[in-house]
Amino acid sequence: MSDASLNTAQNSAQPYEAGFGDYFALLKPRVMTLVVFTALVGLIAAPVAVHPFVGFAAILFIAVGGGASGALNMWWDADIDAVMKRTARRPVPAGKVTGDEAFAFGMTLAGFSVVLLGLATNLFAAALLAFTIFFYVVIYTMWLKRWTPQNIVIGGAAGAFPPMIGWAAATGGVSLESVLMFALVFMWTPPHFWALALFTKMDYDNAQVPMLTVTHGRPATRRHILIYTVLLAALAIGVGFTAIGGPLYLAVAVYLNARFLKGAVDIWRRDETMAEADSYLTERRFFKASLVYLFAHFGAIAAEAILSSLGWGLW
Amino acid sequence: MALSRQHDVHKRRFSRNLGLGLVLVGLVALVFGLTIAKVSDDNFVMPAEEEST
Repeated sequence: MSDASLNTAQNSAQPYEAGFGDYFALLKPRVMTLVVFTALVGLIAAPVAVHPFVGFAAILFIAVGGGASGALNMWWDADIDAVMKRTARRPVPAGKVTGDEAFAFGMTLAGFSVVLLGLATNLFAAALLAFTIFFYVVIYTMWLKRWTPQNIVIGGAAGAFPPMIGWAAATGGVSLESVLMFALVFMWTPPHFWALALFTKMDYDNAQVPMLTVTHGRPATRRHILIYTVLLAALAIGVGFTAIGGPLYLAVAVYLNARFLKGAVDIWRRDETMAEADSYLTERRFFKASLVYLFAHFGAIAAEAILSSLGWGLW
Repeated sequence: MALSRQHDVHKRRFSRNLGLGLVLVGLVALVFGLTIAKVSDDNFVMPAEEEST
């Protein structure tokens, strides 16, 4: 046996040592970008000025709290993650990090993020972050996700809290504007995830997660996407007439909601034969557009707040 | 079992240890920065019992 083959044999026999990147992947970095951005907009749109460094720290702790929820979600859901193509390569089902390690990592970061956010800003913001983590991990992951087809609708609240936490970090409370930002993400989540469920066809079926596509069928899911998109459009345009809106926001909202509504109508008018013929092209486009939709709405809210602070706000 | 300076375990764990070290240094810098930001705020007041000592 040559030296080279001996080394190879030794290496393959050694247990996998999780690297820093594997632990970072537990935090669901892509979801974290949404958390960071919406929390930042909540902080910017708030009528109370925050020291830039305190604001930076607040966003970081909110992001870490969101990441901790992701790690705890991966700990609990490792069994269903393993059978879904989209999630099978996550660190726990891939065997890179054990479930116990993911649990310990998530709990530690959750505790750290809540305590440090409380010390950096205020107790209300910390309590809201703690509730968000609890809601995502216990209410959504452990309870709703495997029990009801409304999992995404109610569970979407967890992803909708970050702008409220950002607002609370600055003001120490809740107001109509922060609730509207919450509502925007809350109403956006179901059509976003149902579009994904339509084109990741067999995944949720195999994992026996009661997504709407599994329990009520695909035509019902298409109908639900349209209904929620109509409600979302009314809400999103309505926000334009509040203190966090303005002409710039309104222009962005009218344009994006018109396009989003058209996408939802297109999805509603299709059936599975048409969708399979073009590999779910319309559904995939709608899903991608939903990402742009949310970032652009929150970007416009931030832009309105910045214009207003420069004295250029129109209402 | 004593580990030599260049044991394979060191190489395999390097990224994790380096990452954790940087995170801890970052945490120290963050707490220091927050302290400076808080005490330099115009509204900052020392708690009463601290002032009397």
